[in-house]
Amino acid sequence: MTGLKLRTRKLDIRHGLIDLSHGAGGRASVQLIDEIFRTAFDNPILDQGNDQAAFDVPGGRMVMSTDGYVISPLFFPGGDIGSLAVHGTINDIAMAGARPLHLAASYIIEEGFPLSDVQRIAQSMAKAARDAGVTIVTGDTKVVERGKGDGVFITTTGVGIVPPGLDLSADRARPGDLVILSGAIGDHGVAVMSQRLNLGFETDIVSDSAALNGLVAEMVRVATGSLRVMRDPTRGGLAASLNEIAQQSKAGVIIHENRIPVKPDVAAACELLGLDPLHVANEGKLIAIVAPAAAGDLIAAMHAHPLGRHATVIGEVIADAQCFVQMTTSFGGGRIVDWIAGEQLPRIC
Amino acid sequence: MKHIDEYRDGNLARAMAATIAHEAMPDRHYQFMEFCGGHTHAMSRYGIEDLLPSNVQMVHGPGCPVCVLPIGRIDAAIALAMRPEVTLCTYADLMRVPASGGANLLKAKAAGADIRMVYSTLDALRIAEAEPDRQIVFFAIGFETTTPPTAHAITLARKRQLSNFSVFCNHVLTPPAMRAILVSPDTRAIRVDGFVGPSHVSTITGTSAYQSLAVEFAKPIVVAGFEPLDVVQAILMLVRQVNQGRCAVENQYSRLVTAQGNLIAQRATAEIFELRPSFAWRGLGELPHSALQLRDAYADLDAERRFAIDTLPAADNPACECGDVLRGLTKPAACALFGTLCSPDTPMGSCMVSPEGACAAHWSYGRFRDRARAGAGQVVR
Ligand code: SF4
Repeated sequence: MTGLKLRTRKLDIRHGLIDLSHGAGGRASVQLIDEIFRTAFDNPILDQGNDQAAFDVPGGRMVMSTDGYVISPLFFPGGDIGSLAVHGTINDIAMAGARPLHLAASYIIEEGFPLSDVQRIAQSMAKAARDAGVTIVTGDTKVVERGKGDGVFITTTGVGIVPPGLDLSADRARPGDLVILSGAIGDHGVAVMSQRLNLGFETDIVSDSAALNGLVAEMVRVATGSLRVMRDPTRGGLAASLNEIAQQSKAGVIIHENRIPVKPDVAAACELLGLDPLHVANEGKLIAIVAPAAAGDLIAAMHAHPLGRHATVIGEVIADAQCFVQMTTSFGGGRIVDWIAGEQLPRIC
Repeated sequence: MKHIDEYRDGNLARAMAATIAHEAMPDRHYQFMEFCGGHTHAMSRYGIEDLLPSNVQMVHGPGCPVCVLPIGRIDAAIALAMRPEVTLCTYADLMRVPASGGANLLKAKAAGADIRMVYSTLDALRIAEAEPDRQIVFFAIGFETTTPPTAHAITLARKRQLSNFSVFCNHVLTPPAMRAILVSPDTRAIRVDGFVGPSHVSTITGTSAYQSLAVEFAKPIVVAGFEPLDVVQAILMLVRQVNQGRCAVENQYSRLVTAQGNLIAQRATAEIFELRPSFAWRGLGELPHSALQLRDAYADLDAERRFAIDTLPAADNPACECGDVLRGLTKPAACALFGTLCSPDTPMGSCMVSPEGACAAHWSYGRFRDRARAGAGQVVR
């Protein structure tokens, strides 16, 4: 980015489409980045216009995480691929108990994709990051030929700092610990799936996509020494996260169906689609495994935060060499809660 | 949801289970077969086994459409999908059913076959309309419940003159399968005292479809819904029939099932389909008049004729015991491959694929009980 100001016509964001020149590294690429991304993300580190971001970090342990986003449809009730790409990576950082600092974002855009949608996604990312107190400090844009991408794919990478005294890891659950869930499950997956299948059922279900770092900060404040594990149950749902924790901690988990909040709309849609809410993705919920003595304070702190208002203890960790996740059903029996095999799909008869 | 919750009420379930425990004669052993995979799934998902007294036991039946489809038909579907002009539309459950030589539809798709997962026959029709240059074949499977939608799609295709649409028909019938179970000497040897009869299927066929079976084989049959309380109530009704020495067809699912069934759907089906002379079932073998094919008047919409599909008999994996599982002769956990080589991620047999398959249901929901029987580990109650 030279100081030389060329008199180029502004991007026609309303009618324009991405073409191959936007990814070719020439003037068109620079213009796309300047007029859409840099304008939206607006921060001094990005404004330096380097190929990398340089910033000072406070002392402590640093965490880093990356995730690719390929969701279809790109825009769904309660969010879009942009907000999701910001929330998702912030949450991955936050699940280590860390305070997220900065994000990098990389785009693979398909030729023919509307510039207006690029802008809409960039603005949505900017808002999501701003709301979470995080900045997007570096990025990359590539364009692929028509038919070689699905609109846009986004990869975000984040860094954050873990406060001293905190050591969260999925292998730290111990028999006797309690399992806390921050709120109702299944909203995101059902919101997206109902759009994708064009089901047309009248629902107000919106994705729960949200940045959890604020809630996590409150939790860490009251329960630093007692928090063992945090996970956000995204793809694979609550079932996958609990199984991962059980496997890595070499312990079993028992949860109780009637304590797991599921909104009536979500439950009804799952019924219609033949889905188990335990397998449906969430994007703004967390599971915390905590020593029992601290559970009361932790729940109280969570209840005081808008994203933890419905937090509740849903079960406990037990000794189990086979690392089963079991559930007492509201019907009165017992069952296993397993990983889902393959994709979750509607049943056929 | 309120109306669904009523059929999942834990307090009602416990009260009903207590009645079963009270009425079941302590010196008698009761063994019932749930015919449908839907019942198998409900029993596993809600842990109904835990509510029953130890002398009332359930064995699984053959009523899972994905499970009973023989390998030869999957092989034929893969061969069809491999043809460059064909787009095969299928329900997702079929994608991972093992075919000959370790193949399945998912692998065929990865290898370039145009296979699309659809949610209904109408999705397949829409694809046929949108892509007139492709030959769209709908992979039709299922019992009496799924036949009317296939018939509907065929009617619409005819009306819209969709010359690029056809159906690979694998629809099968419930009563012949039940009969096969009842006459099988193997199943007789394990002594089944009665049946939890088909749920959704009966909305189409009506309860009268089972009347002659109940009389001929002197077995009580209680048609039941797929909600957990439906199943528990049906078991209670069966216990009562056994105690009273009755062998009647009873209807627990009267909120949706009548004696005569859905006559409009039956007529629509009969207009388009006729009985096949014989059809090979996995587990049950060749059964005469047990499946449907398109009538001659609809031959042009029959993929088997359009593409001259040949179904060759293909052997199941010899170590897989699906055949016995489907007849209630063995429990999933007794199969040597269960949980070792065979799991829902790497199914060796069809019973491990569909969520209604007995092996998949036991793996996904019930396998913790195996070690409780072996005396280890903590079991939730
Ligand atoms: S466990 Fe697998 S191999 Fe064994 S009977 Fe069931 S499906 Fe077949």
